[in-house]
Amino acid sequence: MKLIKSLKIAVVAAAVATGSIMSASAQDNTLLGAGSTFIYPLFSKIFADYAKTGVKVNYQSIGSGGGILQLTNKTVDFGDSDAPLNEEQAKKIGVPVLHIPMASGAVVITYNIPGVSSALKLNGKIIADIYLGKVTTWNAAEIKADNKGVNLPDLPIVVVHRSDGSGTSFIFTDYLTKVNGEWEKRVGRATAVNWPVGLGGKGSEGVAGLVKQTPGAIGYVELAYAKQNHMPYAFVQNKAGKFIEPTLASTTASSNVELPADSKVSLTNTANASGYPITSFTWAIIYKEQNYNGRSKERATQLVKLLWYNIHEGQKECAPLNYGSLSKSAVKVAEKILKEATYNGKAIL
Amino acid sequence: MYKKIEIFVKNNRQSLSASQLKWESFFKGLLKVMSILLLILVTGVLITLIVQSLPSIKALGIGYLWGKVWDPVQNIYGAYPFLIGTLLTSFVALIISIPFSYAIAIYLGEYNTSGWLSNLLKNTVELIAAVPSIIYGFWGLFVLVPLVRTFEMKFHIAPYGIGIFTASLILAVMIIPYAASLGTTLVRMVPSSLKEGAFALGATRYEVIRSVVLPYTRSGLFAGILLSLGRALGETMAVTMLIGNTSAVPTSLFAPGNTMASVIANEFTEADHTVYLSALIELGLVLFLVTVVINLIGKRIITRFTNN
Repeated sequence: MKLIKSLKIAVVAAAVATGSIMSASAQDNTLLGAGSTFIYPLFSKIFADYAKTGVKVNYQSIGSGGGILQLTNKTVDFGDSDAPLNEEQAKKIGVPVLHIPMASGAVVITYNIPGVSSALKLNGKIIADIYLGKVTTWNAAEIKADNKGVNLPDLPIVVVHRSDGSGTSFIFTDYLTKVNGEWEKRVGRATAVNWPVGLGGKGSEGVAGLVKQTPGAIGYVELAYAKQNHMPYAFVQNKAGKFIEPTLASTTASSNVELPADSKVSLTNTANASGYPITSFTWAIIYKEQNYNGRSKERATQLVKLLWYNIHEGQKECAPLNYGSLSKSAVKVAEKILKEATYNGKAIL
Repeated sequence: MYKKIEIFVKNNRQSLSASQLKWESFFKGLLKVMSILLLILVTGVLITLIVQSLPSIKALGIGYLWGKVWDPVQNIYGAYPFLIGTLLTSFVALIISIPFSYAIAIYLGEYNTSGWLSNLLKNTVELIAAVPSIIYGFWGLFVLVPLVRTFEMKFHIAPYGIGIFTASLILAVMIIPYAASLGTTLVRMVPSSLKEGAFALGATRYEVIRSVVLPYTRSGLFAGILLSLGRALGETMAVTMLIGNTSAVPTSLFAPGNTMASVIANEFTEADHTVYLSALIELGLVLFLVTVVINLIGKRIITRFTNN
């Protein structure tokens, strides 16, 4: 009897506690965000520091698609995506949204060739041909041409790609679509595509694991991941013809170009001469008109102030975490876009 | 004689109080409600699957079932490679696991029914079922894949390491406990009078097992196999890490492939078009129906066994 009584009290106490927690999260000093897993480490750090101002931010890294879905359902204040909204998603939302670039990231080509320890030089067309299955061995003439002096063995190339839908795949296929006409016709760009050849690994860990274990394998992962796991990566030839090493500097440089006013641009195959060609922004997405679902003006102001912090003071957290910070032109464009956010038609900032 | 018993029963019932009768009918009603709830749940899942796959059914039609292309860019989807992958991995895993399950069931049921070794074995077998499947995936990735790769290199097959074969091996390990546990219980339940009769006629232990125990437990052991198969059909995490995730019909047993559950788990969160999402749900519907069909066939085989 005593046990049952204490159990009853415990259940009631738990119910009250969850009730209070749930009501707390809807209060004006906790903002909700969801989306890309790529930006999650950076956001964690920035939001931990920002909590000192009294505004807490709760970010769930459920994937870019999930973030857009939650924003459409108006359950979060902002979403984050590695690709801008496509037509169908924009139609579902119905009202205008703002894309604010937060940071940029690079996708590197990693490989496992026994006996080759120096960095390979590859150009986009060759990478696409490898992923199309047209170039099948490492000592093919096209690869040798750019890599004189490297002892490439007669080893079949084992292609590895992502099996799950991901922003990294989107950036990579976007680049391949731009540099290889056959890829554009046969495969195209998306978070998940019909890969002509190759094995699929789940997540960056899956791709990295497969590449590390399979001699002759080639794969693509985020720069941050490759650096932390000490994986070799290739220098890729950009539009200007130079072979660029994927670094934070070359990632930032790739966004130092003329950007459109709505910042919805693909940075791959960038025109910048010192930019690494396989990069992309990751965007925070908010509704343009912030008065929806009975949101308060204070909450909207907090949100816009948070994003303003992200693109200015928050950028200093990028380099230690291996993200490319926003270039000067990107910050200017981002500021202009944030100033377009309105509450009841009047600009917030 | 009968009349006396009838009166005895009637008097017993009359002696029940009103509250006891109320409790009886309430309990019976509660049980009925719970069973109907279960039926509603399963029907609800089926209806949800059908309703959510309607956009895909409208766009792709019946050709979805034998379509070989899965292209999210052009929104052309076909379930055939995944159907083959699922059936191939599940049945190969079943074939690999049956000798082990039967061996464990017979050993623990006949030869070693009690004692510390028997308990240890039984608990270990049940522990195999308790290990989370993602741990099997990791173990397979770091231990099994290099082994399969060296094996493939000896036989001059493309040394991927991952593929249908590796996924089937892991599935076989994971589904052993289901048939083995059920089998052990059933073999222990064979009436000893039957076995002793056979022994009295001069049969050896192996002959007793072959001609008394196995025929007696045939339908039950088959039900255990059906349970294992059901688990293998739906297993997602371990398979997706070891199967190679290639959306093409597997060309050989060692080639990479893909299964329905693995595709859904991988691509569900990032499906950004309605037709894409709906095609994935339709894949779930196909998996559901395949499981139902296999279970019906299995039940039919079991009734055949029991009638014979």
